[in-house]
Amino acid sequence: MASNAWRSAVSTRNPQLFHNCFITCMVQDPTQFDILVMPNLYGDILSDLCAGLIGGLGVTPSGNIGTNGVAIFESVHGTAPDIAGKDMANPTALLLSAVMMLRHMGLHDHAKRIETACFDTIRDKKVLTGDLGGKSKCSEFTEAICQRVRDL
Amino acid sequence: MSLRHKSCLFDTMFIRDHKKSQLVASNLLQPPPAKYGGRHTVTLIPGDGIGPELFSHVREVFRFSCVPVDFEVVQVNSALETEDDINNAITAIRRNGVALKGESLGVFTRYTFDPALHRCILFTSLDLYANVMHCQSLPGVQTRHKNIDIMIIRENTEGEYSSLEHESVSGVVESLKIITRNNSLRIAEYAFRLAREKGRRRVTAVHKANIMKLGDGLFLQCCREVASGYPDITFDSMIVDNTTMQLVSKPQQFDVMVMPNLYGNVVSNVCAGLVGGPGLVPGANYGRDYAVFETATRNTGKSIANKNIANPTALLLASCMMLDHLKLYDYATLIRNAVLTTMNETQLHTADIGGQGTTSEVVQSIMRIIQSKGQRTAEM
Repeated sequence: MASNAWRSAVSTRNPQLFHNCFITCMVQDPTQFDILVMPNLYGDILSDLCAGLIGGLGVTPSGNIGTNGVAIFESVHGTAPDIAGKDMANPTALLLSAVMMLRHMGLHDHAKRIETACFDTIRDKKVLTGDLGGKSKCSEFTEAICQRVRDL
Repeated sequence: MSLRHKSCLFDTMFIRDHKKSQLVASNLLQPPPAKYGGRHTVTLIPGDGIGPELFSHVREVFRFSCVPVDFEVVQVNSALETEDDINNAITAIRRNGVALKGESLGVFTRYTFDPALHRCILFTSLDLYANVMHCQSLPGVQTRHKNIDIMIIRENTEGEYSSLEHESVSGVVESLKIITRNNSLRIAEYAFRLAREKGRRRVTAVHKANIMKLGDGLFLQCCREVASGYPDITFDSMIVDNTTMQLVSKPQQFDVMVMPNLYGNVVSNVCAGLVGGPGLVPGANYGRDYAVFETATRNTGKSIANKNIANPTALLLASCMMLDHLKLYDYATLIRNAVLTTMNETQLHTADIGGQGTTSEVVQSIMRIIQSKGQRTAEM
């Protein structure tokens, strides 16, 4: 599925995207890209580059998929020891990684509800953690998402 | 060239360099000997895509401003039939000492022409070890981030571009990334000297030494050694993936950056995108004896060739860097100011930065500004 999507994304928009042009294009207008596939090192660099474009590691989910459906989903930020245990962290990255996991398991309805609730809470801007410019605690942010899930 | 031969070559060069204290920054290099009757001769490699049309504009501006530079044109592009042409280009640059270069497309005929490989051959043969890009926000260009002023120094002859690959087992390819102590010390020394010369306060080494412990670890260690000789300059390091993330969120934190070849490619292109695109930023490749000037991001612009819409800024600014290198400072300042005035005050922009102007309109505007300064000019 991913390879077909890649073929159509790459061939219809940019048949020959050399490395140089791609990175400059990505920085100037990332919306023109859909699915990107690449070797390890470039993926490492580009995933952080794209995380920076969307708001940082605090909101970026990821998954590591193996053969036979074995998978590990994780946020890509670090352990942040300076804010650990203080109810300050942004749970979005880990939450969206869990949403990816639910989709991987085929639980699409649950995934959709949690993802919608999370995005709506962030879009609303009333309850945001410090890294997104707000003053709320991690538990308050989580409670707001839970409330929306209950209402959905 | 075998690996051993390569390392011997570099050792000899470093010893020679070290004895003569020849590790110099850009404008301490002597101007090349290709000067006769007060006029310099510069090798011009137009390349493909937008190269030929933009270089014709560069020559037009030079002719109009009475710049005492003559061009020796050497073709290295997709029309190549033999390997001799790249050797001719190298000989011409050795002869003249300085070149302006465009990018070539790859065309696979019975003789496989690979522009990336030829670029590597050019840089390693001439030992153009430092690729320098000065990335500055331009007031007239709308970008998300402002006040960017970063100098990127990229090692240009080894690293991931060593062209050493083999397929020992079918379907399994091994690529060798070469990092040598000599070249790492050399590029770090270049970066710190340039930083001191330009009055910069901070040098950041970009690496991936947490994964490539020996290769990038060596590079980082060399940077630290050189840094200890420059106590007035702050040195720090950053892993490349974090660097790209920081660049797109807070680029103002960076000052001078030094890094191996591949990361230099990535970071240069990110920075070019941050300040407005590939049409704006010039680049330079310096060695001990030679210098080659080009656009920073090395694009051919094939899809916009010959449509009179390409942005001439990057190549014009590169040619001004070349004039500075030839110590023709007055001409460099004159043309550079005219280019920047057109960009920032007249606001005549080409399509790549959101404007409606054509290439020739921008060039005409630049020439009008040059004329208005009262210098001697030719016919328009």
